Amino acid sequence: MSRLRRYLRDNAVPLALLSPAVLVILLVVLLPLLFSLYTSFSNYRLIRPESLWDVVWFRNYVRVLGDGDFWAALGRTVLFLTLVLNLEMLLGLGLALMVNRLTFGQRTMRTIMMFPMMFSPILVGFQFKYMFNDTIGVVNNALQSLGLTSHAIPFLVDRWLAFASIAIAEIWMSTSIFAILILAGLFAMPRDPVEAARVDGCTNWQVFRHITLPFLMPFIYIAMTIRSLDVARAYDIVDVMTGGGPAGRTELLWTLIARTAYDDSRMGQANAMAYVSILLSIFFTWYFFRKLMAARKHLGVF
Amino acid sequence: MSRRQKDILIWIGTFLVMLVICMPGLWVVLSAFRPNGEILTKPAVWIPRDLSWDNFRAIFGLGDAVVAIPVGSYFLNSLIISVTSTVVAVVIGMSGGYAFARYRFPGKGAAFLWLMLSRCVPGIALSLPLFIMWSWTGLIDTKLGVIIVYTAINVPFTVWLTEGFFRQVPRDLSEAAQIDGCTPWQAFWKVEFPLAKSGIASAAIFAFLTSWNEYALASQLTRSTDSKTLPVGLMDFTAQFTIDWAGMSAMAVIIIIPALVLTFLVQKHLIAGLTFGGVKG
Repeated sequence: MSRLRRYLRDNAVPLALLSPAVLVILLVVLLPLLFSLYTSFSNYRLIRPESLWDVVWFRNYVRVLGDGDFWAALGRTVLFLTLVLNLEMLLGLGLALMVNRLTFGQRTMRTIMMFPMMFSPILVGFQFKYMFNDTIGVVNNALQSLGLTSHAIPFLVDRWLAFASIAIAEIWMSTSIFAILILAGLFAMPRDPVEAARVDGCTNWQVFRHITLPFLMPFIYIAMTIRSLDVARAYDIVDVMTGGGPAGRTELLWTLIARTAYDDSRMGQANAMAYVSILLSIFFTWYFFRKLMAARKHLGVF
Repeated sequence: MSRRQKDILIWIGTFLVMLVICMPGLWVVLSAFRPNGEILTKPAVWIPRDLSWDNFRAIFGLGDAVVAIPVGSYFLNSLIISVTSTVVAVVIGMSGGYAFARYRFPGKGAAFLWLMLSRCVPGIALSLPLFIMWSWTGLIDTKLGVIIVYTAINVPFTVWLTEGFFRQVPRDLSEAAQIDGCTPWQAFWKVEFPLAKSGIASAAIFAFLTSWNEYALASQLTRSTDSKTLPVGLMDFTAQFTIDWAGMSAMAVIIIIPALVLTFLVQKHLIAGLTFGGVKG
């Protein structure tokens, strides 16, 4: 007790400065999480409030882990994350390198580049749902006008096309996050090593591969960390575009959880799923954070 | 190839890429000015024949065709909620970021990681328990309820960004000011704050965009025109099987404009902000 008191006294100023942040996160993140941890051990259904006190221990978890739909959704989520993150990284890198080469009009291009970021994810969902519509959608109309296909392509009905359409919407929205972070990295890059390498007769590709890219890696990992955390945003887009359909083939974890919680009103089971998938996000964060630290160490900046 | 020719080629390439990036968005903006009939015909009408403000008039209830959606109050709700939660999150984040940047205390590393991990929790996972907690406390369907939630969501990020910036400001500056007779508060406000301003601006814009565009939580915590935000209001345009695409596009333009203006104004700070806050931390 006295040790605690001494700790508080010695660190009064930083603790006081931190307390509002801690307080608000306790209230809005930790408290609800504890609550949902409890409900994941209960048979809680929204339509029967008294079922909140019906504790079933690990039954929800056993049911979730034995559920094929859950594992399929988990697999799809990991696939989706891997695909989207890597493509966004490559496209963002290309975009940043290109904009960095511009000698004039760069600021305007930077603003234009960030245009998709202004769009609310839910709006992006509607926008692409409409564009990929099989009868009236712009994409189909364009393909048919150009004579590339004779019949309408069911973008949001076919299993893999629907998956790809959602990925495209996600990539469209968020590539610029990678691009601006990488661009920030390019601005911060010291000039000397590049010039020294050129004097030594390195080709453009060698300079990029051995000097520019390693320097950009921390920026790339920061973007990866942020984006893997924002995976939950995929909920808005997926929900609007396909609602997890056709026949559950684009069901990602969060659409499955939302459906279980609100449509089937099985809160307990939904929260059990949520806990399993939070572990997944924590794994991704931890993984990219370690990569970030390694990349920073490699560069010797700390 | 001369340097000049190369520059021109890069510029043309960039222009084409930017066009591809903007197309989907511009298509929505264009749809906002066209009647539903022209948008939804097949074969498509590529060149607009009939541009007008009718869709905007309709959603504000001014024209002949009235869409009874209270866009005005949604807009006001969104504005109040986003601005308030951004200001509060930035103040809280600054205070936390300053503590991390300037003081050493046991448990600092763990606290920082813990703060980051609180962002791992997806909105939809919070929406269930928050819905229940807020309905117990009467915060459901109030602006205050949404403001509290958005503040908490934005705090980890604002702490993270401002911490990087305060670290950039040399410690000696504030000490020198204090030797010259400033109180610690004056030293902070007159010396350190102005130097970290661009980082604070970039934290603010991220916080604002997050609150302005958030849907998953708001859709659960808001019910009526008292608190519904614009992204939630967008759902009013959908019926079971149909979507009023023209009206929705008009509303989309209304949602985008404030975000666009704000980002354009602070985007210079944004790049600088990311450079310092991101990596050197």
